[in-house]
Amino acid sequence: MSRAAVKLEKLSKRYRIGTNRQLGYRTLREAVSETLSTPLRILQNGGGGSGRTSEFWALNDVSFNVNDGEVVGIIGRNGAGKSTLLKILSGITPPTSGRAVLAGRVGSLLEVGTGFHQELSGRENVYLNGSILGMRRKEIDSKFDAIVDYSGVEQFLDTPVKRYSSGMRVRLAFAVAAFLEPEILIVDEVLAVGDAEFQRKCLGTMSQVASSGRTVLFVSHNMPAVRSLCDRCVVLDSGRVAFDGRATDGIDVYSKLLCPSTENLAAFPNSTENATIHNLKVESTEADETVVTSTSGMTIQIDLSISANISRSHILMVIWSKDTGERIGSLATEEHGIDAIKGGQRSNIKINMPFNILPPGEYRLQLNLGYGGQRYAEWESIHSFTVIPRCLAGAGHPYTRKHGVCIIPAQISVNTISDQNANELSAA
Amino acid sequence: MSAESVPVTVYEPSSGWRLINVSELWRYRELLYFFAWRDIKVRYKQTVLGAAWAIIQPFMLMIVFTIFFNRNGIAHSGEIPYPVFVYSGLVLWQLFASSLAAASNSIVGNGSIITKIYFPRLIVPVSAMGTAVVDFFMACGMLAVLMCWYGISPGWQLLFVPVPFLLCIATAAGLGCIISALNVSFRDFRYTVPFMIQIWLFATPTIYMALPAKHAEDATGTFDIVKSALIYCNPMTSIVSSFRTAILGQPMQGGMLFASAGMALAVLVAGLAIFRRSEARFADIV
Repeated sequence: MSRAAVKLEKLSKRYRIGTNRQLGYRTLREAVSETLSTPLRILQNGGGGSGRTSEFWALNDVSFNVNDGEVVGIIGRNGAGKSTLLKILSGITPPTSGRAVLAGRVGSLLEVGTGFHQELSGRENVYLNGSILGMRRKEIDSKFDAIVDYSGVEQFLDTPVKRYSSGMRVRLAFAVAAFLEPEILIVDEVLAVGDAEFQRKCLGTMSQVASSGRTVLFVSHNMPAVRSLCDRCVVLDSGRVAFDGRATDGIDVYSKLLCPSTENLAAFPNSTENATIHNLKVESTEADETVVTSTSGMTIQIDLSISANISRSHILMVIWSKDTGERIGSLATEEHGIDAIKGGQRSNIKINMPFNILPPGEYRLQLNLGYGGQRYAEWESIHSFTVIPRCLAGAGHPYTRKHGVCIIPAQISVNTISDQNANELSAA
Repeated sequence: MSAESVPVTVYEPSSGWRLINVSELWRYRELLYFFAWRDIKVRYKQTVLGAAWAIIQPFMLMIVFTIFFNRNGIAHSGEIPYPVFVYSGLVLWQLFASSLAAASNSIVGNGSIITKIYFPRLIVPVSAMGTAVVDFFMACGMLAVLMCWYGISPGWQLLFVPVPFLLCIATAAGLGCIISALNVSFRDFRYTVPFMIQIWLFATPTIYMALPAKHAEDATGTFDIVKSALIYCNPMTSIVSSFRTAILGQPMQGGMLFASAGMALAVLVAGLAIFRRSEARFADIV
């Protein structure tokens, strides 16, 4: 059965960016004074606002269909139009042109806990939130125990939500949403909140929903989640469909979009007076990855000729963070006990980093050649690369700069200690 | 499931004036109830006196007005004791004032919900009026006590109480819809509404008695003419006074009430139309 559950026909959405951008609304005084000061312009524009406003197409001519039972990931950079698309499909905002046709009962979840009220108790919020999500009171009554059970906050049901920890609040809110039973489910970045355990639970629920034959449109920045949940994915870029096809291919397209443009990089071969870099590559150690991620290792390969007028040289490579401007670390052949490279020949230098310690972000490489205090060549920014966020094994969320300046490559083991062993340990 | 039974939703560019989607509103009736219930619950959480505030506010106002106006003989209340006269007027006025204020701020106040999920937006200003209605019924209880105290018994006119009550709600809803929609685009209305309500109170014969019609015709000075015009063009004039006469068992005046009913309905229709026209943009601007 391949009936189209969602049909998008040339969907476009325009926003006006006014002078009062941060506020988004105008005061009456401004409207009156604008009208009075520019009567001619308003007549010319047919009242369509003053010339100071500029337009911005959040969605531009987006067309695609989603078949019944299909699970489609919608990915793209921030501001690519994902949220606008979901808002139109949820009926929150109308499109500027084009149309969307949805066949089936639609449930949308653009936020966990919409309408939760701080002063109300957990019990009261379940009813309020359920009702906002479109559930009937009877439906909530019958699912109430299951919702509470799923959330794991039954002890605090009669406590005002303002006394909840943020984790409890999110768990209760997601529990309500988990019992929504629409035919078409529209979900925005729901997995971005909560702790790792909660996220695993969410992901489990999401995959149950996905495998239950319901149509799901799923926006996320969490690529492993998209990979495991979705068969198909649509990549949006600047309000247009950049890719529509298999999820794994779409993720690659998205990863490339995230990579910095190559225009500011040195072209190869890149020569200075004393040396030529024929090529420099930064690659993931994972065979099937085209980009460096926070879970893969990386290798840097430098194809380099040193001119004959230099007898020998060491190499120093410095990794800089483009995001913060910090010097992350350096790698020097000399410090690694490698003999200086002889001049007048071409060599291939391979730097292997089996564990990537770099958190997601943009980095640039600086390369210096020198020996014994002499500097022969320096490239400030010979190459740059991006580390794409990926979840570490067992984590429901990617490791980012929020978690620390580096990812510590460690093995963690836990052994259960029996009473007998404990006694021996303490005796020793 | 056959293809015919599947509900189909179409989202297209919003087009100007639209009718009220009654069947959709009916489907969402429970949400209307939940929003009103939320506001009522939240209003008295963490208060010591709780719902007593609904009675205290008009009661205190009544005392203040009685002290300042009754003693000085400025206000005429006819044969009704002034405190009962003022309180009965204030009860209905409070219903109007607080439901209008609540409806006017409702869309901006619920902005975080409006930008995240769809439901008929009309539910927001209408449910916001729920608290005022509950307060009204509690204040009516106090009115009954006052009437017993002064030995006033209502007559058959009590049957007409729902008429001014509904007209009051209709006027507040219509105006509230207009202002709540305007408030999304122009936040000035946040400051305008309390001010407007205050002035309106004095233009309505709540704490004083409306001049009988023949007095108005006899009025000679320009000031008097302006004043009576102001009072009689105001739909709240006869809504408040007919509520009072109905509840206190006074003789009813029909004609004025019909005019007010016409005005109230016009305000309601205009309010709904303006609200429907602008609601599509709410999520983008709020």
